[in-house]
Amino acid sequence: MAIRRVKIFSLFERFWHWSQMLLIMTLMFTGFGLHGFHHLLDFQTAVTLHTLAAFALLLLWAFSIFWLFTTRNWRHFIPTVKGMWGVLRFYTLGIFKGEHHPYRKAYWRKHNPLQALTYLMLKIVLFPLIWVSGSIYFLYFAWRHVPLATQWLDWTAMVHTGAAFTMVVFVMIHVYMLTTGHSFREHIMPMISGFDEVDLTPEEEAYLLKDEPEVIR
Amino acid sequence: MRPLSGFLLALALGSFTLTSAFAVDNWPTPPATAKNTHQISGPLTGGTGDHTKFEALKQPFASGPDVTKACLSCHTETGQQFMKNIHWTWEYRNEATGQMLGKKHLVNNFCTNARGNEGMCAQCHAGYGWKDETFDFTDETKIDCLVCHDTTGTYYKMPNSGGNKACTVMFKDKPAIDLNLVAQKVGLPERADCGACHFNGGGGDNVKHGDLSSALKNPTRKLDVHMAVDGLNFACTACHITNKHVWAGSRYQVISKDHEGIGKPGQRRDVATCESCHGLTPHPVTSVASFKRNDHISSVACQTCHIPEFARGGVATITDWDWRTAGKTRNGEGYHEEGYAQGNGEERYTYKSIKGSFTYGENVVPLYRWFNGQMRYTTVDTKFDVNQQPIDINSFTGSREDGDSRIWPFKRMHTWQPADIGNGTLVYTHLWGDDDDAYWGNYDMGKAIAHGMKEFGIPYSGQFGFIETYSYWPITHMVAPKEDALACEDCHSKEGRLQGVEGVYLPGRDHNHWLDLIGILAVTSTLLAILGHALIRIFSHKGEKH
Repeated sequence: MAIRRVKIFSLFERFWHWSQMLLIMTLMFTGFGLHGFHHLLDFQTAVTLHTLAAFALLLLWAFSIFWLFTTRNWRHFIPTVKGMWGVLRFYTLGIFKGEHHPYRKAYWRKHNPLQALTYLMLKIVLFPLIWVSGSIYFLYFAWRHVPLATQWLDWTAMVHTGAAFTMVVFVMIHVYMLTTGHSFREHIMPMISGFDEVDLTPEEEAYLLKDEPEVIR
Repeated sequence: MRPLSGFLLALALGSFTLTSAFAVDNWPTPPATAKNTHQISGPLTGGTGDHTKFEALKQPFASGPDVTKACLSCHTETGQQFMKNIHWTWEYRNEATGQMLGKKHLVNNFCTNARGNEGMCAQCHAGYGWKDETFDFTDETKIDCLVCHDTTGTYYKMPNSGGNKACTVMFKDKPAIDLNLVAQKVGLPERADCGACHFNGGGGDNVKHGDLSSALKNPTRKLDVHMAVDGLNFACTACHITNKHVWAGSRYQVISKDHEGIGKPGQRRDVATCESCHGLTPHPVTSVASFKRNDHISSVACQTCHIPEFARGGVATITDWDWRTAGKTRNGEGYHEEGYAQGNGEERYTYKSIKGSFTYGENVVPLYRWFNGQMRYTTVDTKFDVNQQPIDINSFTGSREDGDSRIWPFKRMHTWQPADIGNGTLVYTHLWGDDDDAYWGNYDMGKAIAHGMKEFGIPYSGQFGFIETYSYWPITHMVAPKEDALACEDCHSKEGRLQGVEGVYLPGRDHNHWLDLIGILAVTSTLLAILGHALIRIFSHKGEKH
């Protein structure tokens, strides 16, 4: 086994991550404005930006889902309990004692078990919750005549708002996590350059060096 | 879902750029046409005959009915057609509620009742000589054609009976009317014709409606985008289209939500709704905002956003009337006091002995409520509980759920007015007359009410008092240009205009307190946890960074 710097985030993945970040920040800022938490934008501008960002995000997600399944990258997000305890113990205990993070990135496992589970939940629970409720909300006037429409609207708004709060919590923890382990900069660089330290098997190392020399340094 | 598919198509084509969302910057749109010399009255504009060439109109006319006979000699069917309309009958049977309405019957909370006061009030009847119950509603020669069709501005009407001598001063020294001139110059009714009565409802300029004032005779585009002299220059009948002298548009039965929109050619001679011209998706879908605006029309009346305030254009409306102060005299004579200078500089009376005290309003923000178009009136026959004041002179129904309601703007009129306290009913007050009981001249409310009730055989306890009443007037005129329409946050905000409108979750106005509390707690505790975690990290292993 050898630790090598390997390109683990492709150009598309990095584009996905950062454009998703921008869109989500836009949605949070405009969304909480619409909710009445701030008045930095007028309502019409906020609705316009919110709607456009939401549609752009849906489009981005459509591409990313296609990408995940065609490149087999979805396998990075398969949940596992193996190593989970070690990661949890590190964040609640080991980190205070100056221990090293127990997880080593593998070529087909670039996320630690906690990350994998978190991102999976994000993809299959929180994101769908927010875009499905948002779409229903947006289309209210198409279903306003169904029985109990106003109660459904109440619930839709609540789910959407609740999901938005959850999103804020995720973003806060996500950003804080960048400060753990190495430096903030070292954490963020892989998502910019694409390269991170990965524990490669000799076979992987040999294959990459021979067939894909551009992804290994 | 045509608008939705259009929206999605536009989205797919990528036409939803941010710039198009702010295309409103191109406002204001220029006036649609150059100045029109004639007001636009719909398809009849222009006409097919020159009345100065008609022999029937060259004969000398001794009186109004003589003119009418001449009119009817060519317009042979018009008399019978005309006598069916509300300008003639002053009567309207509401099929939905069974109530008999119309000026002939109703009590309002302005000058109260026309019934029994026709000598004065029937100046606004489109006929000659209605002063009491003997008027013949089947005599077509008593129709007053000229009051609506005069284009010279020289025609006017006088009370049909003499009132108290104190009142006659109001009608002295009027110039004689040249009936031949007026008859030969007849044309389609212009705003000033309709306005002679409709702008003066309630006894003065804009007193009653709030959205119908003399400012609409020659309005700017800013006051009324349709009637503007520098724009479309619509006459009233451009929207209030007629068919055999019956007009579209009724306050007694309002079409609160038009499900049909623009009819096919030759159809839709029955409505004055905005949708009958503008359709059911009136905002061209060029942006997210206009798409959302089109969504709103199923819940929000056009008037709600497009008439941001009523009583604009410098003419005030009366919002509060107090009959309790009426009847004060100086040296035994009635008087009046000015005390309100309105936007166009004119002084308005704030007190009149014959009517009481008035409060005025200009640029008034309407009251907004769900409205299904159905008005129910408190008539002179309706019993009410005098302890449940204020009494609604006309209450309206509507809710989010009934399928026909939209959020409408209203003028709400508040009045202290005389009533039969013993029986709990409104009263007919005998205001106009040259007898000893007429309030206008004698200032004895008890006698005036007793007279008014007895005249029509209505039970009266003999005990009158003053009650608080409300009446509600749907606002539909004074449509502002689109750049002056309401913005989203006028309603979508905590203290917005729709504060009292219930039955629907309104983003920006409504929120679930518990959800917000939980959400804020979650975010704050996350922040505290992060700070705690970070602090322990900093203090637990100084020096080594991991």
